[in-house]
Amino acid sequence: MTIAPICPTPIMQHETVQMAHGAGGRLSQALMQRIFMPHLHNTFLDLLDDQAKLDLPPGRTAFTTDTYVVSPIFFPGGNIGELAVNGTVNDLAVGGATPLYLSAGFVLEEGFSLGELEKIVKSMAEAARRAGVMIVTGDTKVVGKGQCDRIFINTSGIGIIREGVNLSCRNLKAGDSIILSGTVGDHGMAIMTSREGLSFQSRITSDSAALNGMISTILDEVPFAIHAMRDPTRGGVAATLNELAQSSSVGVEINEATIPVKPDVRGACELLGIDPLHVANEGKLVLAVAADDAEKVLEVMRSFDPGRDAVLIGSVVDDHPGMVVMRTVYGSRRIIDLPLGEQLPRIC
Amino acid sequence: MKYLDEYRDPALARKLLDEIRRKAVHPWTIMEICGGQTHSIIRNGIDQLLPDTIELVHGPGCPVCVTPLESIERALAIAAREEVIFTSFGDMLRVPGNSGDLFMVRSAGGDVRIVFSPLDALQIARDNPSKEVVFFAVGFETTAPANAMAVWQADREGINNFSVLVSQVMVPPAMRAILSSKDNRVQGFLAAGHVCAVMGYEEYEPVAREFQVPIVPTGFEPVELLAGILKTVELLEEGKAEVVNCYGRVVSRAGNPFAQETIKKVFEVTDRQWRGIGLIPGSGLGLRKEFVRFDAEKKFNVTNISAEESPLCMSGSVLQGILKPDGCPAFAKECTPQHPLGATMVSSEGACAAYYKYHLDTP
Repeated sequence: MTIAPICPTPIMQHETVQMAHGAGGRLSQALMQRIFMPHLHNTFLDLLDDQAKLDLPPGRTAFTTDTYVVSPIFFPGGNIGELAVNGTVNDLAVGGATPLYLSAGFVLEEGFSLGELEKIVKSMAEAARRAGVMIVTGDTKVVGKGQCDRIFINTSGIGIIREGVNLSCRNLKAGDSIILSGTVGDHGMAIMTSREGLSFQSRITSDSAALNGMISTILDEVPFAIHAMRDPTRGGVAATLNELAQSSSVGVEINEATIPVKPDVRGACELLGIDPLHVANEGKLVLAVAADDAEKVLEVMRSFDPGRDAVLIGSVVDDHPGMVVMRTVYGSRRIIDLPLGEQLPRIC
Repeated sequence: MKYLDEYRDPALARKLLDEIRRKAVHPWTIMEICGGQTHSIIRNGIDQLLPDTIELVHGPGCPVCVTPLESIERALAIAAREEVIFTSFGDMLRVPGNSGDLFMVRSAGGDVRIVFSPLDALQIARDNPSKEVVFFAVGFETTAPANAMAVWQADREGINNFSVLVSQVMVPPAMRAILSSKDNRVQGFLAAGHVCAVMGYEEYEPVAREFQVPIVPTGFEPVELLAGILKTVELLEEGKAEVVNCYGRVVSRAGNPFAQETIKKVFEVTDRQWRGIGLIPGSGLGLRKEFVRFDAEKKFNVTNISAEESPLCMSGSVLQGILKPDGCPAFAKECTPQHPLGATMVSSEGACAAYYKYHLDTP
């Protein structure tokens, strides 16, 4: 028997990310064609140019960027990809902008599963479709094993601010009502309880959601009601309220009994000694609205899934400028402070 | 939520407050031993709701607060070593020594990990046989059983790459030290429920008799704290120096014998430094001779590291109930959670941190 000489050709089918996937050559192209384009393709991306050329509708442009490094990358209720789309959409929407176009930059760790990457890209495409935005340009880099944690994603976004809308965290006025769109702490506790090292199980799921549909309807139905709006992500509702109070030099008073917290989230927070008001959310909204319009705004919000538990939690006052004070269920009052860095589980 | 809502019931809390107002004829100073109780009191504004006759002073029962500066310095030195994975409860990472904190060691490349149990640290040791895994064993009688269990298991399984940096303290010697001080103002105690869950309350009976103070073990929820305060006030008004258990759902007179046995198997009573207070004889636990190979201080030869407290920090007086946090000249000025002078401003159970965080009249 004779063995015919075989000329070795490079392996082109990989199950994991290789350094060559980011080197601009054939494997980079294969990655585009196999993973990114099938899910994300649109008239802008299909041109494969180095830039997207956009015709923006009239109005002021809002522009934002955020980088997502969440761990674990898949968590109950979502994954890093969906989060990267919803987060940037929300950052535009809370400024009164209609989100239109997103960019997506990926940093991939050598050895990261291409199957997982595809799942993430697919859920980005779905999230973009749900939010009515297009991912029009992107970039991929691969770094060596250990130089990043599997996958980091940056998304930037642009949107157009509608005529006459001028939202700013400096706009709070004494007498304004403070509205919260739903339960607090869901995202942060979903992440924390699914991390390694915590040996209890929970059914807590992230609240990751795009809020632009709900916000746009409030602006349509109750124009000029909203004075300021924020999505209480890192630092939770406590940080958001403090930022609003400080920026506008007013006091904020909230009522403990009105703050909605899911029982599972509350239980996990109790175990870990963490205040739900300090825990991150990814699909919630805090609004300061003219008191006369509060009921109408609540009604609109409750007709949307992310706002179905919307509730009035307090008001803006002249007292204690820059400070957030909560009336407890016992009738006493305490400061709601900014959280100090990382949330640390207590000893006992 | 079951086991929570019933202990946070505002209507029940109001009833207990009315009862306290009715019973408290004379002015009384009551100390809650435990930092967890201090935080619950301040967080829920219980101090604002009590009649003026009742003053709550805050005790030394915050493990992070009383861990001596030299233990922190020793932890930093060990954690910075290349072969070490340093594990700790999250609270300890932000406590400043003179040369930084454990977060800074981590950002400089040290492998510092937060664990939720010393047994998790032991698992890390099993999983990383080429590394030295050290657990920062701090705390009162509450943490002692699990910390002892980790050492006992390491010994049984022959896990030699595991050790503990021990700074274990005990409540009764601290109570005696407070009551013996010439500056003492404390007339009655709320004993720490979790400590009593382990140790029972029998050991408080001689303290109550000797110093003629009522001692009431109670829990951490508003209704439990108020029930404990009410019982203490009743005993004070009746002139009874007794121990009465107000935490029946968790605490028995004898405590948890298995946990106590575990502590005794591994630890023995030693003198111990308390941060801000100083040496209290017989107030600590150290590893028994049979387990000395698990002593991180000896393993890494750090017993020569010592440290000086900031002269501005008055946490010792705060921890003994002599001074309220906002009575300290450095409070919210030189000393804030961002720039703490002492551990009482750092810990989630520290009295100074509680005042800074929750009190409305904080400057």
